[in-house]
Amino acid sequence: MDLNFTPEELAFREEARHFFRTAIPAAIRAKVAEGEGLTRDDMINSQRILNARGWATPNWPVAWGGQDWSPVQVYLYQDEMQQADCPTPIAFNVSMVGPVIAQFGSEAIKQRFLPATANADIFWCQGFSEPGSGSDLASLRTKAERQGDKYIVNGQKIWTTLAQYADWIFCLVRTDPAAKAQEGISFLLIDMKTPGITVRPIVTIDGGREVNEVFFDNVEVPADNLVGQENKGWDYAKFLLGNERTGIARVGNSKAKVARIKELAALEFAGERPLIESPRFLEKLAGIEVELKALEMTQLRVVADERKLAKGKQNPASSILKLKGSVIQQQLTELLMEVVGPFMLPYQRDFDGNNEPVVGPEYATEAAPMYFNYRKVSIYGGSNEIQRNIIAKAILGL
Amino acid sequence: MDFDLSEDQRLLKDSVDRLVADNYGFEQRKKYMREPQGFSPAMWDQITELGLMGLPFEETLGGFGGGPVETAIVMEAFGRGLVLEPYFTTVILGGGLLRRAAPAAVLGGLAPRIAAGKLKLAFAHIERHSRYDLSDVTTTATKDGSGYVLNGAKSVVIHGDSADQILLTARMAGERRARDGIGLFLVDAATPGVARRGYPTQDGQRAAEVTLTGARVSQADCLNDNALAPIEHVIDEAIAALCAEAVGAMQSMHDLTLEYLKTRKQFGRAIGSFQVLQHRSVDMLVALEQARSMAMFAAVMAGEENAAERRKAISAAKVQIGRSARHIGQEAIQLHGGIGMTTEYAVGHYFKRTTVIDQMYGDADTHLASLAAAGGLFGRAA
Repeated sequence: MDLNFTPEELAFREEARHFFRTAIPAAIRAKVAEGEGLTRDDMINSQRILNARGWATPNWPVAWGGQDWSPVQVYLYQDEMQQADCPTPIAFNVSMVGPVIAQFGSEAIKQRFLPATANADIFWCQGFSEPGSGSDLASLRTKAERQGDKYIVNGQKIWTTLAQYADWIFCLVRTDPAAKAQEGISFLLIDMKTPGITVRPIVTIDGGREVNEVFFDNVEVPADNLVGQENKGWDYAKFLLGNERTGIARVGNSKAKVARIKELAALEFAGERPLIESPRFLEKLAGIEVELKALEMTQLRVVADERKLAKGKQNPASSILKLKGSVIQQQLTELLMEVVGPFMLPYQRDFDGNNEPVVGPEYATEAAPMYFNYRKVSIYGGSNEIQRNIIAKAILGL
Repeated sequence: MDFDLSEDQRLLKDSVDRLVADNYGFEQRKKYMREPQGFSPAMWDQITELGLMGLPFEETLGGFGGGPVETAIVMEAFGRGLVLEPYFTTVILGGGLLRRAAPAAVLGGLAPRIAAGKLKLAFAHIERHSRYDLSDVTTTATKDGSGYVLNGAKSVVIHGDSADQILLTARMAGERRARDGIGLFLVDAATPGVARRGYPTQDGQRAAEVTLTGARVSQADCLNDNALAPIEHVIDEAIAALCAEAVGAMQSMHDLTLEYLKTRKQFGRAIGSFQVLQHRSVDMLVALEQARSMAMFAAVMAGEENAAERRKAISAAKVQIGRSARHIGQEAIQLHGGIGMTTEYAVGHYFKRTTVIDQMYGDADTHLASLAAAGGLFGRAA
């Protein structure tokens, strides 16, 4: 047992650290650190910088621009990227639709979409959830009826993150209403500019405009836009959801948040002394740090095991990464908000037409919105309750 | 980075696991508890035959030069068996103190006897009001002619009643909580003026109150006249060992509970089919894996010579183990229902052992406070 990285791994870490901290514009990284929303251009620009180096899509097949990295390198890449407050490459492109197309798409569809997806020439969004189909995703009802060489799509998606930015949407649609729920679903790519698509924003409790409703009213989609086989979409969706195993814990992000909390707590006062000197506050933070350290070790155990386990098999520890990682992220946003004290109160998000001078310290403006926003982390990608169902069945055999 | 065990470590693990599996069933353990000393001399011999008594000592001293990872392998297995023999006090505390705080000649004389299973040790350090403060020593050692006279009282000396010799601390200089001036003595249990009263502990082991009333010891019995720093290192190693033991016990509680959920039927079905219980056993798994991760971290950091870094890591591990063990233990009892309450069933015995471990050498809150005071684990952005 040796928890030290090899000299090669250490060199790779240095390379990654240097790259993320120099190549990605400081202004973009500052926005990530402060929890300020990124613009569409910010996301596209930083992804293109990564892609120019071949680092936007390391998880893809090498033939399509992936990297032949060891699990440890993947870990270091994610950890350094997150600690540098570098925006994660657009997840819909890189972690979701890209790997599905690369695994199940025809050669033509790969040629057509993969390079553009890697370079963020296409901004993707995900059309999975529906008003009546959340945790029970397989009950989805948006239907695609085949007419000649096209599908006619009707229905509604919801919680579609950044649909307002998206050029394309990848959708789960029902192509066989007579089949068993999971067996009549297909994976369809739809151009957001197609007539009949309406996007309506949903304002979340933090005031943010991240998620949307997307309505499909007799939308005509070329049959060529089907990924893989008709009615096999559920398998592709399961592949997509199981794809991201270790990055999901977001340990690097949480480490950056701990560092930020310590910095800011040195600037705020609790009585005569800086907040960072309050034992009560420090113990609260240290309690989260312990869980975070344990999660980091758990993640490293999973990473170290990946090269040994048969493909498709999982270390039981991997199942807890999302569950624990989400809770830690939430606890840290809670603490960050507590750091700024009464200056969490002013609501001053500029997209609500606010152009007044900032009230209190600049760093306080996003503290409360981030806290409110991060409640989503234990809901998206399969809520923590669904995660527990999965672990109980798959790992514990209950 | 590599979490794999080496070939030697794998062999060690296999043999300790087998020893425990073959000899430490629940009913067998009950029999060992009824022996006069509260553990089985025959088991003690078996542990010796496996070579485990020499774990931390060099080969020239009859040992095999194992480190914290080897110790963790042994202790995790002992945690699954709830092993009663005074291995922790003799080899980990006693062996550790001899290695880190005693003159080489003393180590050279005693290590082979420990490795041969011929010497049982205990560490008498805690006093009535010292709680978890290792520097709080009021027992005194006063120079008298060519030796010392010891006066004071030591509490909760684990396996203090069966030990052949007792390592004990006494103040030779300085104020009550001064870091300097704490001496480490090796005292034969039969020395006049040394009295001990043995009693059972909550976890089925034994401890003793040791009183020193004008006990006269020789100059040579004083192993170290300023022993706090090495004692702290040994206690850190001991905590890492206890973390591993606790993980073994937690694993057993989790296994027992899972088995029970799958077999116990109510309302016409296995109770494990109820979602509320499924989710609770998942949370037990999460607590177990987090604890396992931190026990590994503790094992790796226990040998760290930078005391401040080592201390932070060990404290963090103790916090995680304390929290996880409390959660898993309480849930294991609750999910078993009435059967979890009976002394006839194993789960409660694991619960009692992990509860005791939380209180040894600083509970979760104490370690959280010292970790916080030391600035936590993650620095400001690099």
